[in-house]
Amino acid sequence: MKRYQSWGRIDAEPSRVYALSDRQMALPTASFSMLPFGNGRSYGDVGLNRGGALLDTAGLDRFIDFDPASGILRCEAGVQLDHILSLAVPQGWFLPVTPGTRFVTVGGAIANDVHGKNHHVAGSFGCHVRQFELLRSDGSRRLCSPQHDADWFGATIGGLGLTGLITWAELQLRRIANPFLWTEAIRFRNLQQFIELDAEVAPRHEYTVAWLDCLAGGAGRGRGIYFVGDHAPSLTQLPLYQARRRRLPLTPPWSLVNGLSLRAFNQLYYHRPLATGQTLTHYEPYFYPLDSLLEWNRMYGPRGFYQYQCVVAPEAGAQALDRLLQAIARSGQGSFLAVLKRFGDQASPGWLSFPRPGYTLALDFPNRGDATLQLFRELDAVVLDHGGAIYPAKDATMPAEHFRHYYPAWQRFSAFVDPAFSSSLWRRVMAA
Amino acid sequence: MKKILIVGANSAIAAAAARQWVGQGVSLVLAGRNPDRLSALAADLHVRGGSAVKIVEAIYDATDRTAHAALVEGAWNALQGLDGVLIAHGSLPDQKACEASVAQTLMELETNALSVIAVASLLANRFEAQGRGVIAVIGSVAGDRGRQSNYVYGAAKGMVGLFLQGLRNRLSRKGVRVVTIKPGFVDTPMTASFKKGALWASADQVASGIVRAMERADGEVYLPGFWRLIMLIIRHIPEAVFKRMSL
Ligand SMILES: Cc1cc2nc3c(=O)[nH]c(=O)nc-3n(C[C@H](O)[C@H](O)[C@H](O)COP(=O)(O)OP(=O)(O)OC[C@H]3O[C@@H](n4cnc5c(N)ncnc54)[C@H](O)[C@@H]3O)c2cc1C
Ligand SMILES: NC(=O)c1ccc[n+]([C@@H]2O[C@H](COP(=O)([O-])OP(=O)(O)OC[C@H]3O[C@@H](n4cnc5c(N)ncnc54)[C@H](OP(=O)(O)O)[C@@H]3O)[C@@H](O)[C@H]2O)c1
Repeated sequence: MKRYQSWGRIDAEPSRVYALSDRQMALPTASFSMLPFGNGRSYGDVGLNRGGALLDTAGLDRFIDFDPASGILRCEAGVQLDHILSLAVPQGWFLPVTPGTRFVTVGGAIANDVHGKNHHVAGSFGCHVRQFELLRSDGSRRLCSPQHDADWFGATIGGLGLTGLITWAELQLRRIANPFLWTEAIRFRNLQQFIELDAEVAPRHEYTVAWLDCLAGGAGRGRGIYFVGDHAPSLTQLPLYQARRRRLPLTPPWSLVNGLSLRAFNQLYYHRPLATGQTLTHYEPYFYPLDSLLEWNRMYGPRGFYQYQCVVAPEAGAQALDRLLQAIARSGQGSFLAVLKRFGDQASPGWLSFPRPGYTLALDFPNRGDATLQLFRELDAVVLDHGGAIYPAKDATMPAEHFRHYYPAWQRFSAFVDPAFSSSLWRRVMAA
Repeated sequence: MKKILIVGANSAIAAAAARQWVGQGVSLVLAGRNPDRLSALAADLHVRGGSAVKIVEAIYDATDRTAHAALVEGAWNALQGLDGVLIAHGSLPDQKACEASVAQTLMELETNALSVIAVASLLANRFEAQGRGVIAVIGSVAGDRGRQSNYVYGAAKGMVGLFLQGLRNRLSRKGVRVVTIKPGFVDTPMTASFKKGALWASADQVASGIVRAMERADGEVYLPGFWRLIMLIIRHIPEAVFKRMSL
């Protein structure tokens, strides 16, 4: 049976779920507020609506049109990126932007205006959306694009599901010659080195991202591995690739992620032998290393976990990142997955879009209650000091006044929120 | 199988089967009642199947008695013959409303039984003549025993089940297979208002079972398979006891 909870395993059972199966149909007339539900891959409460209704879009999963000559795809909003890849890759097309999991819906990708490892050259997902239809609770349907109803377009991209239901969208895909990428891994010893390496390497590569060993202290602080990737050109011979999927069979009674396992993992991962030069890698393990272990979020046990993703201004650089790492080290709470990337300056059409020029750091933390929340408030102070912001898709705890500070367009945006729509996050950040 | 007619193609189970078939390069006639949903499905299958598969839409209302022959004739011509048919349409009657209205009871029997028998009969003759073909019909475990909570539906599904038994018997030496699909609880729009528990299957799961069954089965197929055991037990409860149970 389907549970409506977030990826961080926050539970907020809705009072009612409407399974949508027909994009032509009107929205239900509910006495309580509604919120579209994609595939529940957001970590926090952006996709939850405690006490209200959810509009489950899993049944809006039809393709509408695909032109293999131009790479323009039109599909319903509940179609998952995974299904787009299955359709498009064999025909020589790839997602223009992809997050670190392919199990997200097109509607969810637009509503959070997701980003990928190519942000520095391609911008966010919203930059590649040509148009979509927005269905409002008053029954009106708007065709939104940069040319037409552009305000609604801007409000809905990164609009956290609050402006209405996206029924379908049209995307511009990106050409590829085959499913493989040339990838390379480069070790760096500290944050300063990361910043120099990035400045030198990123302009030459489509995909860049770094893994940070956020447990290493002292001289090792800020060490990590920098990964670059580029779609391979036509090759006469392609390597074999066999997809493997496993599933965490049950939720362990306590978290498998603890100080000991973290330290061991980070130590091993940092020191693992790196191939010299470039390796040919299939897109699945390259973009979606976690997707092969389905439901890996259960390893954090029944208490779940939090993700903290922030961005700090480019000029804040190593200093701000170092302050963040120091705070984490002091708290003694490590993160399995510490991911660092520099965003580029291509602006998104979305008013509340998270990506902005600067360095973004994403971290997972097992839920240790108050201790974890206290750490987050310490990290917030650094983010506020350095012209940063927090990513709503990953957030469950940011204070209301911070949200309004990070997203000054919220006031203009509020006028576009559908009066019948709301979310747990929205009520939290709009609380006086 | 290369050419299949799906009657009630807008059903969630049938649409899931259709996706699997276009993935295998099968051409389809989609017969359904709601034209908007039917074209949305056809567009989806066009994108998935590419230019290699042919997708034909046919508007069909099961309660229209003149529609059956026209549907079979039209589908046969559109694909120049058929290898199989999946009859999937159905409605879940409001049992209480049926108790209060004979007209409604008869209408439900029309939708869930008579129309099915009409289409199956017409195709049986064509398949018999060409010496091959597969007739698959979605019945239900509800057709295995009459229960106070939905015996109008159960009676219709039960009638279809018996009819297909006879048809199977008639065609077994004629190269034509007759498959009765008996799903248990399936999470589809038909059951949107039900509370779902452990016994529920997804439309995709049941569709996979149907696609597999149409490849080789010739008989009654419970989906998922564990329903065979559950229904064996339910069928064997003595009527004297059963009539006092509130199932
Ligand atoms: C392993 C993993 C890696 C990730 N990596 C990244 C990453 O690299 N970059 C990144 O940006 N994000 C990343 N994410 C986050 C994820 O991409 C986003 O949270 C995404 O929005 C989830 O989409 P979803 O379909 O699951 O939607 P949900 O989480 O269910 O919903 C997200 C929001 O979209 C709204 N919504 C959904 N459908 C519609 C619709 N049809 N109309 C209007 N609103 C709608 C919901 O109301 C909600 O506000 C990652 C998540 C995981 C689990
Ligand atoms: N869901 C279950 O738990 C379950 C269990 C056992 C058996 N079944 C059987 O499985 C089959 C498919 O049902 P489903 O679960 O996939 O439900 P569904 O999605 O609601 O599909 C039922 C379809 O039947 C069509 N239909 C109803 N009356 C019709 C009529 N008079 N003329 C033409 N078409 C008509 C509807 O077509 P339009 O959309 O075009 O109106 C609808 O798409 C049915 O035979 C059902 O009895 C279902």
